[in-house]
Amino acid sequence: MISAIVRTAITGLRRDRASLALSFVLPIAFFTIFAMVFSGQHDTIPQVKLIVVDEDHSSASRDLVRGLQREGSLVVSTHADAKGQNAPAPPDYTAATAEAQVKAGNVPVALIIPAGWGQHPLAFNGSDGKAPEIQLLNDQSDTIAPQIVAGLLQKAAMTSMPASMAGEGEKYMKQYIGGLTPEQQKRWDANMTQLNALEKRRDDAQAAPTATAKDPGSGFSSGMIKVETRGVVGEHKNKNMISFYAAAIGVMFLLFTASGSAGSLLEEQESGTLDRVLSSRVTMTTLLAGKLTFNTLLAFAQLTVMFLWGWAVFHLEISGHVSGFVVMGLCTAFAVAAFGIFLASMCHTRGQLGAVSTLLILVMSSVGGSMFPRFMMPEAMQKAGLFTINAWAIDGFQKIFWRDLPIPALWPQVSVLLGIGIMLFVLSRRIARRWKFV
Amino acid sequence: MSTAVSAPAAVAALPVEVTGLMKRFGSLTALDGVSLRLEPGICLGLLGPNGAGKSTLIRSIVGRVLPDSGHVRIFGAEASTAAARQALGWIPQELAIYPRLTCRENLISFGKYQGLGGARLAEQVQWCLHWAALEDRAGDAAGKLSGGMKRRLNMAAGIIHKPRLVLMDEPTVGVDPQSRNRIFEMIEQLRSEGMSILYTTHYMEEAERLCDRIAIIDHGRIIAEGTGEELVRNAFGTRSEVTARFSGNPEEIAAWVKQRGGSMGEGTAQFTVARPTEIAPLLDDASMSGIGIEDVSLRRPNLESVFLHLTGRELRD
Repeated sequence: MISAIVRTAITGLRRDRASLALSFVLPIAFFTIFAMVFSGQHDTIPQVKLIVVDEDHSSASRDLVRGLQREGSLVVSTHADAKGQNAPAPPDYTAATAEAQVKAGNVPVALIIPAGWGQHPLAFNGSDGKAPEIQLLNDQSDTIAPQIVAGLLQKAAMTSMPASMAGEGEKYMKQYIGGLTPEQQKRWDANMTQLNALEKRRDDAQAAPTATAKDPGSGFSSGMIKVETRGVVGEHKNKNMISFYAAAIGVMFLLFTASGSAGSLLEEQESGTLDRVLSSRVTMTTLLAGKLTFNTLLAFAQLTVMFLWGWAVFHLEISGHVSGFVVMGLCTAFAVAAFGIFLASMCHTRGQLGAVSTLLILVMSSVGGSMFPRFMMPEAMQKAGLFTINAWAIDGFQKIFWRDLPIPALWPQVSVLLGIGIMLFVLSRRIARRWKFV
Repeated sequence: MSTAVSAPAAVAALPVEVTGLMKRFGSLTALDGVSLRLEPGICLGLLGPNGAGKSTLIRSIVGRVLPDSGHVRIFGAEASTAAARQALGWIPQELAIYPRLTCRENLISFGKYQGLGGARLAEQVQWCLHWAALEDRAGDAAGKLSGGMKRRLNMAAGIIHKPRLVLMDEPTVGVDPQSRNRIFEMIEQLRSEGMSILYTTHYMEEAERLCDRIAIIDHGRIIAEGTGEELVRNAFGTRSEVTARFSGNPEEIAAWVKQRGGSMGEGTAQFTVARPTEIAPLLDDASMSGIGIEDVSLRRPNLESVFLHLTGRELRD
């Protein structure tokens, strides 16, 4: 008797492809995504993009920049990418342009090596006022990147400019212990000559195209390079990540609501109401446009409520951001509504829609940054996220609420979201032809 | 539209003209060369069992089914054109209403879908509520109405724009006798106002009560058409129908009925006789063949008899 019940249930599950997918495909998909984000495999560790501005132009600062460039975990740029292969290299970043890049969200961290730093690169006992400190400008929405850069900066300083470090050490030694005997000074000078030769050989090896830059090793203590860290984005925010979560969670639930709401099309098909409506003066295009309009307004209302809640409870700064919110809110709502209509037009039953939408939305939300910030993901996943509505919507809202950027800066997000919405609506209209003539 | 313009003037005036309509769903032939005409102000009944092709024919006329071949014209306009849509009202078999909306809201929505607005819409909504006897329930959600009320609202939504032609696809399915009578009265009111009606049913009594003319459809083909009397006369002439129930071996009974030129259906045997005096010899022969007689009745043949005569099957098969 029990075996008959089990057999019936197995047969039912096998024929219910939607449930089958939810049971097996969704867990595997999520396992894969989370594993890729958190496994920490060497080749999938995200690289930190870093801008370095060398205002010092000393041998020590040049050595430091080269040392940073050798770090595999950093993608260091000192100037913008050239527009073409034969185009002249753009001018080097300045402190102002580097800060602007951080504010725009193009890089999470910038290092400014101020003029005069190379004269006293070390600080054994805190800032002694002899030389300006390196400035680390960061976007506080990314809490990991500045720590990585700060650590690697110390390592690069210790390993990339040993002669400078030793020279600085000699100065401190003379200051604190009163100098060396002639024999000691002689040996010291010999070692300094070797260190200078070592630096030169490494520079030559780096310049040669076939040479492999090797990590010169460790063994030096860290913390001797003084860095002044300054948040240039989000430093005055009351609750720094509220806008991120409002957008991230909001978009995910918008997707669920939109697909559920668009499912009314399937209910109307099953009840015969769709047939009746299409037998009136309402055309298929009019019907879908009406549904799209309603779902867009519904999604926008949801976003508005969510951000108002953020303002009332978590003190999210809304004043000054209203117009940007309206632009991003409407574009996001439009794309999300079109996504719902597209799913409904593809599915044949409400149950099928429920399963397909759950699968797609959860995957989109995890890859697109609704569940954890995209900067935590490997490069490939960050790129995959660009195929989701979530990523573009979150980026747009971050530009408004986090970076305080003006509306024109939203053009990539607005263009992509509107493009996604239009494309999905056109596809829905084509697929919906199956409803036109039964 | 160009087809509609080029159609002859006399044909263009017909509420419905169907010519050689074919529709297949995979290997199933739903409509097999159906031709049909509906004259103005006439209620034409489309009578046939489930699966005969009634709904497919109606949906082809509405423009919701694209035929494989053949033509449908509504007042001369090709089906599914704007002119055809405006001229016809469709009452589908399903309860195609919004359950969460009130009766009034449903009628307003469907009225707007038909292009009504303003005072004309308000007037039509009021008329429909009165026609469907739903004035007292105008503010109630459609989903909370009784089955009969939902049916009436379903009908009202189909004629909210006061069309010249109404297609009714089994509007009394699942309705209790009292509500059915109310629906009959509603349809009779439309008839008295000169509306052209195409009415599908598999209930013979409905066709006899409501329809001026009847077309019998089976296996996607119109097998007979005329008034009820014409259909009976064409099938049976002046002969009457004898219905008898026998006791005994069913196989022997069936063989004997067939031998005597009758037919079996639902445990009863049907014969036709020119004169009542032919009944006694029939019953004598049954007794002599060892078949017991339980019940015998003589009646004038009806549409059900016609259908059985033409197809060899009951209407409700």
